[in-house]
Amino acid sequence: MRLAHHLAVASDWIRGDCVEATEFPDLAQRYMVMAVPKTVVNDRVSFEGAVPEAQFVDAVLRAVGEPAPNG
Amino acid sequence: MAILTERDRTAVRGELAKLAGPVKLIVFSTQLDASEYCVETERLVREVAECSDQVTVEILNLHIDRERAEAYGVDRVPAIVVEGARDYGIRFFGIPMGYEFTNLIDSMVTASSGTPALSAETLERLAGLKERVHIQVFSTPT
Repeated sequence: MRLAHHLAVASDWIRGDCVEATEFPDLAQRYMVMAVPKTVVNDRVSFEGAVPEAQFVDAVLRAVGEPAPNG
Repeated sequence: MAILTERDRTAVRGELAKLAGPVKLIVFSTQLDASEYCVETERLVREVAECSDQVTVEILNLHIDRERAEAYGVDRVPAIVVEGARDYGIRFFGIPMGYEFTNLIDSMVTASSGTPALSAETLERLAGLKERVHIQVFSTPT
């Protein structure tokens, strides 16, 4: 979560939401949250677990259609 | 009854001593169903604000303050907007307890300075963004 908020501060284009899954079961169901943390970017890219910064940025850029350097 | 113990408050005061400027916590709540989550979130945010002179709190009602809710992109409660010199896009939906409480404090410190703790490479890669990005991180209280 920490990363999402730092990215939000870094870019005016980014908004970072921390969502408490048990309080919002409708969202948890919509995004099929089975394990936490689960990160969803623009409803297009998602991943489970904590990942290193570079990988997190890869996911963000992939969600807006920019290819990540490692695929 | 207080949510934060005296020990918690001491730790929070220590962390908030790092604030580089004012921070505003805007809580969206609702009194219609007066959900326990909203009541607890308001209480938690007020207790955090008591730990630093730099922190102010504004409580808004999702159903009454509709324009503000729309401007902040808030459509459910409880929600917290962490604002520094401006709105950077930091949101918490649900009570930030456990590990998320640490993130709330961290986000306040980051918003107070507007300086993210990210690598130069990340900042360079983000500089090219020209589309809105909405990151949602789901967690559970731990």
